[in-house]
Amino acid sequence: MSDDGPAETVREVAGTGIPVRGDDVDTDQIIPARFLKVVTFDGLGQFAFFDQRFANPSADETDVGEGPIEADTPLDHPFNDDRFEGANVLVVNSNFGCGSSREHAPQALMRWGIDAIVGESFADIFAGNCLGLGIPTVTASHEDIVALQDWIDENPDGEIDVNVADETITYDDTTVEGNVDDAQHTALVDGVWDTTALLTANADAVEETAKSLPYTEYDD
Amino acid sequence: MSEGTLYDKVWDRHRVATLPTGQDQLFVGLHLVHEVTSPQAFGMIAERDMDVAYPERTHATVDHIVPTDNRDRPFADDAAEEMLSELEENVRDAGIEFSHTDTGDQGIVHVVGPEQGLTQPGMTVVCGDSHTATHGAFGALAFGIGTTQIRDVLASGTVAMEKSKVRQIRVEGELGDGVSAKDVILEIIRKLGVEGGVGYVYEYAGSAVESLSMEGRMSLCNMSIEGGARAGYVNPDETTYDWLRETDAFADDPEKFAELKPYWEGIRSDEDAEYDDVVTIDADSLEPMVTWGTTPAHGVGVTQPIPEPEDCHSPETARAAQEHVGVSPGDTMEGYPVDVAFLGSCTNARLRDLRAAAEVIRGRTVPDDVRALCVPGSQRVQAAAEREGLDEVFKDAGFEWREPGCSMCLAMNDDTLEGDEVCASSSNRNFVGRQGSKEGRTILMNPRMVAAAAVTGEVTDVRTLPEVKTA
Repeated sequence: MSDDGPAETVREVAGTGIPVRGDDVDTDQIIPARFLKVVTFDGLGQFAFFDQRFANPSADETDVGEGPIEADTPLDHPFNDDRFEGANVLVVNSNFGCGSSREHAPQALMRWGIDAIVGESFADIFAGNCLGLGIPTVTASHEDIVALQDWIDENPDGEIDVNVADETITYDDTTVEGNVDDAQHTALVDGVWDTTALLTANADAVEETAKSLPYTEYDD
Repeated sequence: MSEGTLYDKVWDRHRVATLPTGQDQLFVGLHLVHEVTSPQAFGMIAERDMDVAYPERTHATVDHIVPTDNRDRPFADDAAEEMLSELEENVRDAGIEFSHTDTGDQGIVHVVGPEQGLTQPGMTVVCGDSHTATHGAFGALAFGIGTTQIRDVLASGTVAMEKSKVRQIRVEGELGDGVSAKDVILEIIRKLGVEGGVGYVYEYAGSAVESLSMEGRMSLCNMSIEGGARAGYVNPDETTYDWLRETDAFADDPEKFAELKPYWEGIRSDEDAEYDDVVTIDADSLEPMVTWGTTPAHGVGVTQPIPEPEDCHSPETARAAQEHVGVSPGDTMEGYPVDVAFLGSCTNARLRDLRAAAEVIRGRTVPDDVRALCVPGSQRVQAAAEREGLDEVFKDAGFEWREPGCSMCLAMNDDTLEGDEVCASSSNRNFVGRQGSKEGRTILMNPRMVAAAAVTGEVTDVRTLPEVKTA
């Protein structure tokens, strides 16, 4: 996506799925802190869930862009599983993305190839960070999520359609109700998730507010 | 919908506009910047040929990657050196004030803001760090934000946000000996769960909260995010004003203080304010808390039995946690051996925290097989502690006395756990791998409890430590 041009709309995301099971998956799990020692987000995709994916993870920030090194022994993890190669719909359980506010977490997922996340619930800051990147975070019931995760396990090549506009998730012959928070819905469906343009357009009103606050010292 | 709360009032005062997304555009009174989450944001505005809109409302420091031992430049760690150099360049170009290591003002961003008086009641405070809620201790609305939002704040001086619900948490009664704000927040998270606060901000109130020092209030608000709440605050009162009066912002400017006080008084939640939810916690029954698992909700009173996974908010997480830590339901954490004691972090590394810990370790010794670190929250805390001779107390006991930074809370510098070491930690997160080793284990507790664990080599109820006879 261009950082400059008009914001794109994200009405739906279609593709294959990848399940990562477990409640309260924190952003330290999604991207361990040592990979944050970078001044760009480039090359972070390789390190999504790194310490869950490798038994003796020795890679650190100096390997960003290089990928796992030989000493790292792969473990059983969906992100290591060839069956899910090319998947772009991540399906998770409750309170996904809790903990640290690091945007490196959704950045790593996005750069790994994730375009949408469906889960039971998301931590506030994580969901906000995803929105800033145009990644929908769609919620659904525990039962529907578990069923979807099981189905993906059985059908790693099966097509999933995450319809942000209609707030539904469709796979196989099944369509389940999803929920997209109102602001996220408007932002993605109408393509207004590039907030910088929106916010800077109101510069005069911002200045008025700044002057109106008792603790600021701006002259009229 | 809440009405008449501090949250509602401060929100309204800072609202610039309602955006097409339905979110509100809020003016940012204070934007705190550190080296880890900001470089990409500076890069993004440069790409768009934009300048920092309100550099005078922005303040930077370096904390996450900074070494706490040898700080000679260039740093031994190239990546850390690169990040600091990038920050230096960014703040210089933008004209942002920087509490750098050579100013005597450097420290953890959530220690620096309050001690300099940058953080004030009725302000909006944002920072690319989830523990920004700390500043709510002053009656500010303080939120952690991601890098894309940092870009927004740099470019516009504002942030797009949705209003949350407000839950008042009333902590009534009196905290017993050895029980601190840290224990209160660990109990709140235990009770409500790590997800319980999602969609809410927490207003902490009640007699036990009113009795807390500012340091205590900061520890309390700091961990709001661990309970899922994006922000937490305490209404400002005389305790708040006493702190502010001494800060750089007002020490030489009593007129400004007098001028602002009515605003601070005015933004307090009304007596008849309406909340979306109210929860009450009994302060009298609390004891020092320790965590037995891998989320901050896995807390238990130090003499209390570790719960069955089935009785926890997420039984599956709890079961895995008990396996990771190697504990069983029904046991207590007392006597659990520790390898490392870490006294530091934005939760508990202020002067009062250091004093409390020093009181426990004075005249005692850390066993040879325990590694103990004291990492003051800022250079000012460090200097004040040294003036009181606390550094000598720590060093005499066998603690390492370090330079300020985030250190072993998240182990982005060399301060990390090794292998399956167990750490008694005054920090805020016991996530698997958080302290730098994926086999490592973190037991969260208050500073006095960390001190007790350091000198006994195991989880110890600080209230039962026999008195040290001093000559």
